Amino acid sequence: MSFALPGLLWQLLFFVFPMMFLIALSFWLVKNYRMVPGFESVNWVKMYTRGYFWDAYFYTLMLAAISTVVTSILAFPCAYALAFKASPTVRRWAMFLLIIPFFTSYLVRAYSWQIFLGNEGIFNGLFSVFGFGPYKMLHTMFGTMVGYLTLCLPLVVVLQLLSLANVDKNLVEAAWNLGCGRVRTIFQVIVPLAKVGLVVAATFCFILSFGDFVSPYYLGGSKPPTLSILIIDTTKSGQQWPRAAVVAITMIVTLMIVAFSAVTYAYARRTRQ
Amino acid sequence: MSDRSRASDSAISTWFLRLYVLVVFAFVFAPIIASFVFSFNSDRFPTIPLGSFTTKWYETIFADTDVWDAFARSLTVAAITAVISTTIGFCTAYTDFRYRFRGKGFYLGLALLPPTVPLVIMGLAMLALLSRINMSGQVYSIVISHVVLCSPFAMAICRLRLSQMDPSLEAAAWNLGASQWQAMKTVIIPFCKPAIIAALCLTAAVSFDEFAVAWFVSGLNKTIPVMILEILQGNVDPQINAIGSFVFAISISLVVVAQILVMTRDDKGRKS
Repeated sequence: MSFALPGLLWQLLFFVFPMMFLIALSFWLVKNYRMVPGFESVNWVKMYTRGYFWDAYFYTLMLAAISTVVTSILAFPCAYALAFKASPTVRRWAMFLLIIPFFTSYLVRAYSWQIFLGNEGIFNGLFSVFGFGPYKMLHTMFGTMVGYLTLCLPLVVVLQLLSLANVDKNLVEAAWNLGCGRVRTIFQVIVPLAKVGLVVAATFCFILSFGDFVSPYYLGGSKPPTLSILIIDTTKSGQQWPRAAVVAITMIVTLMIVAFSAVTYAYARRTRQ
Repeated sequence: MSDRSRASDSAISTWFLRLYVLVVFAFVFAPIIASFVFSFNSDRFPTIPLGSFTTKWYETIFADTDVWDAFARSLTVAAITAVISTTIGFCTAYTDFRYRFRGKGFYLGLALLPPTVPLVIMGLAMLALLSRINMSGQVYSIVISHVVLCSPFAMAICRLRLSQMDPSLEAAAWNLGASQWQAMKTVIIPFCKPAIIAALCLTAAVSFDEFAVAWFVSGLNKTIPVMILEILQGNVDPQINAIGSFVFAISISLVVVAQILVMTRDDKGRKS
């Protein structure tokens, strides 16, 4: 059992303990730019009575929700094609290629979109050839979404693909043979069978988008700021770490509720067979 | 619907799907390719048509000692993080493979959850705690945090490999008189070797690319991604594309090696 210890100790000491400390910190005070241990609710009251906090909260929630829907929808045809139309070799290569960007400097990848999205960037250059534009894409919500897609799309396609690949092909063929159209087969046979995997993919997309600060900051222009940007601003410019802790805990609780609801929904028994 | 129109219908949808898959892959790889192309572009601001070919951005970063320092620091952090988190990940994976015990679900949750916590929150929590005990702003502060983030990936890779092993192999070694350590050394570790090397590569890649937690805890000891992050907050600077291309080259190589090792089949000792 000694093999259990290294992981247990490290994660308790440097993962659980810092997270617990964050909760304690949210009740501390800041006096003369120094943090003083205490048990005061002042940080919670200050943050929760500020309009800008709730603006940021609902804006972040909305961005993450849109990102989840858009990414899931855009990923699905790709995952579907790879799962049902591609040969095993092509499928393996596709997985191989999609896993690479997930582990490859997201910061630089997101930033590179500036080359495409800028007012004189590649896209507007192309549009002007056809007599359109220029369109403002950088520092808009569109820019933020391109960034979120950069972050989430490869992962969501991979997760959807894994769940679609496990769908029993016999059931799909049975549906076709019984005269069920292609589109109807997708929505009434394939999607329900792959539901758990699809929901898990969407949940990861929500978690990643909700916590990300690179896309809303560098591609979305940070107007208004998201919760992650709020944490950075509060920590880096002011010495208000306790208030940043309030934002962080609120985010964690929100993510836990979302993840729990998603899992409950994913495993819920279908009412109609 | 007649058979013929149904067939042409499906041919159209197949072509549409193929095209769609290509568009998705183009979207995924466009930023990496653009960064590489524009790192050789002479214009300060990225516009189309391209300016002339230049290596001046590479010359600038090669001449910059700050970049070299950050680069060396990033490599050091990545190497140490890879070794520690792979050791931890392997031990955790073996625990899951070999033992049943109460609280295992909690144990595995603890081992796998860290990557789902937003990096900014992880950064804040690490900074708050480490600065309280005077351990922030050091190179080892980055290593400590990166091991938390990376060991779950190492655990997943090693666990996958162990699940392909015939569990009776280890039992056979025990029956033949091997101690647990001997069985570990002569049976388990050799079987897991590709996974261990893959985990080393992948955790090194994750650490080498990580910018958010490192930004919070590194203080003045900037790594390459933290340096990129701080340059980005200033003006447009084409050096980013040059540094970025380097970062891409390194992390893509590491991830490719890791994937090849995970995917390569060798049937010695496999479950039948």
